[in-house]
Amino acid sequence: MTDAAFSKSEMMIVAAARELAGQHVCFVGVGLPNIAVNLAQRTVAPDIELVYEAGVFGARPARLPLSIGDPTIVTGATAATSMFELFAFYLQGGLIDVGFLGAAQIDRFGNINTTVIGNYNAPATRLPGSGGACEIAINARHVFVIMRQTRRSFVERIDFRTSPGNAAGADDLRVRAEQHWLGRGPSVVVTDLGIYRFGNDGGMRLESLHPGATIEGVRDTIGWDIEVASTLATTQEPTERELQLIRVELDPGGAYTK
Amino acid sequence: MTPKVASMRDAVADLVRDGDTVAIEGFTHLISFAAGHEIIRQRRRDLTLARMTPDVIYDQMVAAGVARKLIFSWLGNPGVGGLNAIRRRIEAEAVAASGEPPLELEEYSHFGMVARYTAGAANLPFFPLRSYFDTDLPKANPLIRPVESPYGDGLVYAVPPLKPDVTIVHAQRADAAGNTQVWGLLGCQKEAAFAAERVIVVVEELVDEAVIRADPNRTIIPGLIVDAVVVEPFGAHPSYVQGAYDRDNRFYLDWDPISRDEAATQSWLRDWVYDLDGRAAYVDRLGAERIASLIPGSAPSGVVDYGAYR
Repeated sequence: MTDAAFSKSEMMIVAAARELAGQHVCFVGVGLPNIAVNLAQRTVAPDIELVYEAGVFGARPARLPLSIGDPTIVTGATAATSMFELFAFYLQGGLIDVGFLGAAQIDRFGNINTTVIGNYNAPATRLPGSGGACEIAINARHVFVIMRQTRRSFVERIDFRTSPGNAAGADDLRVRAEQHWLGRGPSVVVTDLGIYRFGNDGGMRLESLHPGATIEGVRDTIGWDIEVASTLATTQEPTERELQLIRVELDPGGAYTK
Repeated sequence: MTPKVASMRDAVADLVRDGDTVAIEGFTHLISFAAGHEIIRQRRRDLTLARMTPDVIYDQMVAAGVARKLIFSWLGNPGVGGLNAIRRRIEAEAVAASGEPPLELEEYSHFGMVARYTAGAANLPFFPLRSYFDTDLPKANPLIRPVESPYGDGLVYAVPPLKPDVTIVHAQRADAAGNTQVWGLLGCQKEAAFAAERVIVVVEELVDEAVIRADPNRTIIPGLIVDAVVVEPFGAHPSYVQGAYDRDNRFYLDWDPISRDEAATQSWLRDWVYDLDGRAAYVDRLGAERIASLIPGSAPSGVVDYGAYR
């Protein structure tokens, strides 16, 4: 298969889905996480339990949910719960292995902004806000992030901290323990150019470059001096089956892959 | 048992007042667009609109000028993008251009909103949660406050009770006394209803009391706290009702370009709200074909036996 045989968005979704191999319970965020986890359930993680903040545990969506409150997440699910139970017992009670989030802005420590661009009280752009992301980032065992990277999204300083990352840098684990957070913070960020993980200093490091992407392209779209792993991997291309599932079954209209 | 069945017009006229805090709840599922439209038609003003996810219905209500303030946790057109009429009342450039005061905002996370309704329903002074640490949300909203555990094991955050003057929920069915049953996503309707001073339930179907009593586990709101029952088939369109009709995604997509333009938004409100006398006329205008395209296939639950104990 040649580079032109798949789009950057398809590569991003496939790489994100593969990160869920071996994970048991995943809290599904709004937007791109929705298609990534649904692909994972059809490929690397057939037994994964999908949790939707709308109040569903063990979803088996027959179609790609149009939103995270689609009726297809209820029909055939293990449990439909109140949102109180979902947030209090499932999330804050410590049952979530991975919280899968999207973001408008992210910084080197994985702090996320989904609230405003500009000043909170008179913003240039008003974004949706937290939804459940703030408490997911605090209480899911691990946080995975999927987002397209640009100079405007990968920034030195985010405009508003909606969801905490490795907020205190190297001191992060101590702070989390003192405040009884259940989560260990962001562990992976998957973009349209590569895969990033976090070092002991809490900072983001480029670990794998997608086929066709370059280090220069990565540096051009990050607002800080990104650390690059000494043994940089190349992400494995999407398989025919993964592409087929995205194009035919999950997103025939191209809503996520444009 | 006092029958509480009322028309939407009478229910809104009697129970929703200028200046009220109104919660039309329902998490993507069971959103009472019919009630929102009636509130617009009756030209209520200075409302504080509470809702976890101000959806297209609150975009329409804000565009119609009914609201002074929003209390919320996620502001968007789900699966599509932003709420453009609301953004025009928040974003600096548009606010300056309009000369109107910006919309007041009181913002939480989802768990914070659910916890607020829970505290309101349970008559508690606050609700503690393990959220908000190391975020800017408590700075943006000083009502989110850190509090020491009285048992000496550290800090949690507290949110205050939310007690709407009126909560409005849409449901699959209720009896004439207001005993209300829901299946599918439950959202926070139960908490929002118990927290409210007055409750309006809007249902697809009015059923006999015997239907309710045959399946008591499905009752989320007892008639005890309900002031009016409005029977309004397709009253949740373009949102959905589990088992009855699907989300009309075309509508959510169409709303994006309409709501980007103030004149187009007002023209939509005229055609689909002000010029219609109620939900039946709205459904007529949608047309049988559009409605038919939203009806799902069947997936019935099994039947449980509660047992007869005499």
